[in-house]
Formats: sequence, structure tokens, C-alpha cells
Amino acid sequence: MAARRLVEVYLDLLSQPCRAVHILLSCTGIPHTVRTVALRKGNENRTPEFTKLNPMQKVPVMVDNGFVLTESDAILKYLVTRYDVPEHWYPRQPERRARVDEYTAWHHSNTRPHAARVFILEVLLPAQSGSPVDEVRLNRALSELDVSLDRLETAFLRRQPFLCGDDITVADLLAVCELMQPLGGGRDVLQRRPELQRWRSRVQTAVGESFDRAHAVLYAVRERRSAKL
Amino acid sequence: MAARRLVEVYLDLLSQPCRAVHILLSFYQSVCVCVCVCVCVCVCVCGENRTPEFTKLNPMQKVPVMVDNGFVLTESDAILKYLVTRYDVPEHWYPRQPERRARVDEYTAWHHSNTRPHAARVFILEVLLPAQSGSPVDEVRLNRALSELDVSLDRLETAFLRRQPFLCGDDITVADLLAVCELMQPLGGGRDVLQRRPELQRWRSRVQTAVGESFDRAHAVLYAVRERRKKTLNEKVSKLLTGSVY
Repeated sequence: MAARRLVEVYLDLLSQPCRAVHILLSCTGIPHTVRTVALRKGNENRTPEFTKLNPMQKVPVMVDNGFVLTESDAILKYLVTRYDVPEHWYPRQPERRARVDEYTAWHHSNTRPHAARVFILEVLLPAQSGSPVDEVRLNRALSELDVSLDRLETAFLRRQPFLCGDDITVADLLAVCELMQPLGGGRDVLQRRPELQRWRSRVQTAVGESFDRAHAVLYAVRERRSAKL
Repeated sequence: MAARRLVEVYLDLLSQPCRAVHILLSFYQSVCVCVCVCVCVCVCVCGENRTPEFTKLNPMQKVPVMVDNGFVLTESDAILKYLVTRYDVPEHWYPRQPERRARVDEYTAWHHSNTRPHAARVFILEVLLPAQSGSPVDEVRLNRALSELDVSLDRLETAFLRRQPFLCGDDITVADLLAVCELMQPLGGGRDVLQRRPELQRWRSRVQTAVGESFDRAHAVLYAVRERRKKTLNEKVSKLLTGSVY
């Protein structure tokens, strides 16, 4: 019988969903290979080879012995299901699992677009265009993020240790990586939210050094910007 | 031991995710009862989603909401997947085998940033906003929305459907329900967004055949919206025509 190859993941660590996958793989010890795809450097996601793998030219992509999968939600849930990983990451019990699915669905229309927009307006667009930050749009984006953060606290976290209950799940990884992104522009969006800061610390403690390892690229972006300013 | 109560769902059938849940449930009617609370989120101002009772149930004041013996769940993805898991529903709807399940999760994740917002936007610009504001349709924004929807439809065909019978393989899954209900929405404004896409039209027909009369039952409200608009437009046109005689 042919030996199973290692899981391969194609990641760009400046991408929030990629970091979530990276953290899960490192802190659970699933044997894997990381292939870096740097979206900002010469369109590595638009090469013929990568496009053949993933016609949508996005990251993350996972390849597990020929099975190609996109979308971080699906990848995280698949990895927890397929590999020998503590089940609290994506519980099997239907009600507990449903809570994680509830968050990951809500995430796409709330945490993700709103936090990403702040980073895009404050870091990416100015870097690409050379123009100053559009303060009006940025303020609007910050207000919309504020609404999402209110809901994150009151509808999901609700004084629990983690978003979906007593244990950390893949939902916490997806959320925390999105909320870290604006840090690349020097902005801590949780600055005035002690409940969510405490949650973030619990996530960091739970995953150990995988957290900073995954965020190294983002920290470097922040340092480069501080140095310039 | 106390008898299990039936599952309750709070739905507005003008809402695409609500219809997906309704279709699954009505197709398997023995499983639960639908408590249809009319939450008018469009032109009417019923505001039943903003009552204290409903807000207590779902602070985000959105539909659909499911209550299963005290367990309250929002988000149509989660509700559909939970129902298939918990109840005696054929597993092809949300397969247990990891690779097949991952395909459904892959679609439902992609759906949120693609099919859903883009199809919804067409309906909002063509029907909802004009109805609420009384202004004509903003054609520039509508054309932009149609282009963005076009890109999503290209991907739906080439990255998901890919000549399979259904989006995630040989059998219908909850992914097909979510997608088809979004793509039906612009029909409320008389627009068939699959008009020039025979592959997707055939897929839609397969979905309709697979779920039988649950499809039209779920879409009755949307069809009624379309009929009312046609009637209003016809009345306007005939007034214009009779007016021009003088």
C-alpha cells in the first residue's frame, strides 16, 4: 500500500483565513507541508500551476492525497474530522457543532468583511495607490466593525471563555485572525473592549507559540510602517 | 420522560435562506412543524422581527431561527446541517463521509461572499429600493450588480457544478437548496438570472424535480410579488396607452 503523503497547504500569511489554518496545523501537530504563496509579490496565485490547482486563484488551498479543497471553514472542519485532533476544535455533538457552524456562517458577512475593510482602507489601498487614507470611508468601516464587535460580544461570546462555549474551536481561530489584521496598520480594534481582549488572550494562551508564528508576517508589516512614520 | 416537542422555525418566505430551510422541512414533513411567523422584511412594515418576544429569541432580529426543544439556532447553514444531522433525513443532504461533506462546507462558505450578496443585490436594487423610496431603478448600480452576479454564476458553473448533476456531486445537498433559493430571488422582479445559462437552468430543474412541490410552496410568496408587480406595470402601461388617445 502506498504511504499517505503529507497534507499540503498553500498559504499567504498576510491572509487572515490562511493564518487560521496555519495555527490549527501547528498547534495540533498534524503532519503537513506549507507552500507559501505571496499574493502581493508578482501574483504567485495567478501562475498556470496554481490556477490549475485552484481556478479561483485564492488562498488557502489544501491538498490531501489528491483531494483539493478551498475555503478556510471547510479546510479547518475537514482537518479536525479527518485527523487525530482533539474534538473540541469542532465538536461532534450536534448542538455544540451547530454553534460552531452558526458562527462560521455569520463570520462571512460580519467579522470578515468589516475587519478586512479597515485594513484595506488603512494599509493596502494607500500602499497601492500612493494616496492618503480616505478618512470618511475609514470611519464608516470602523462604525460597521463596531456593530459586528458588539454582536460578537453579546450574541456569541456572552461571558463564555470562547465564542462557542468552554473550549476553543475553529470559530475562535477564524475570528481572532480577522481581528488581528488591522494591527498591520498599527490599529488594535479591540482596544476599548476588555471582554474581547481577554478572549483574545485566552486564544493566544490556548494555541501557544503558533499564534505569533502565524502572525510574524503581519507584525513585520506593522514594524515596517512604524519605521517609516 | 416528557415528550419531545416539535421543532419550530421562524421564517419569512420572502427571505432566501428561509426558503431553503422551508423546502428541506416540508419535503420531510413528519420531522417537524413549520411555525410560520410572518416577518415582513420588505415593503410592508409589519416589523414582527423587532418585537420584544422575537428579539429575546434572536437578539439579531433576523430570520430564519430554529428552536428545537429549547435549543435556539440562527443562520440557515447551521440550521440545515443540524436538522440533517439530528433527524431521520437521508444523509446525501449533508454526507457523513469527510471528503463529500467538505465539498458541501466549501460551497456554503463560498456562498456567503458570492451567490448570496450578488443575487440579493439585484433584487434589492430592482424591487425593494424602488418600492421603499418610490424612485426609479438606479440603472448604473443595477448593471454593476448584474456584472458581479455574472462572475459568481461563471464560477458556480465552472468551479462547483462542473457538469455534475448537483453542486457537490451526484446527489442533491443543502448547498443546492441555498444556491437555488438565492438565484430565484430576482424572479420577484421578473428577472430570470439563469436565462442565458442552459447548464444552470438544467441544474435548477433537477433541484425542482428532486424536491417536488415543496419548491413552489416555498416560492409562493415570491411568485405573488412578481404577479403583483406585473399587474401594476400592466396597469401603468394601459393608463399610458389610453391616455395617449386623448
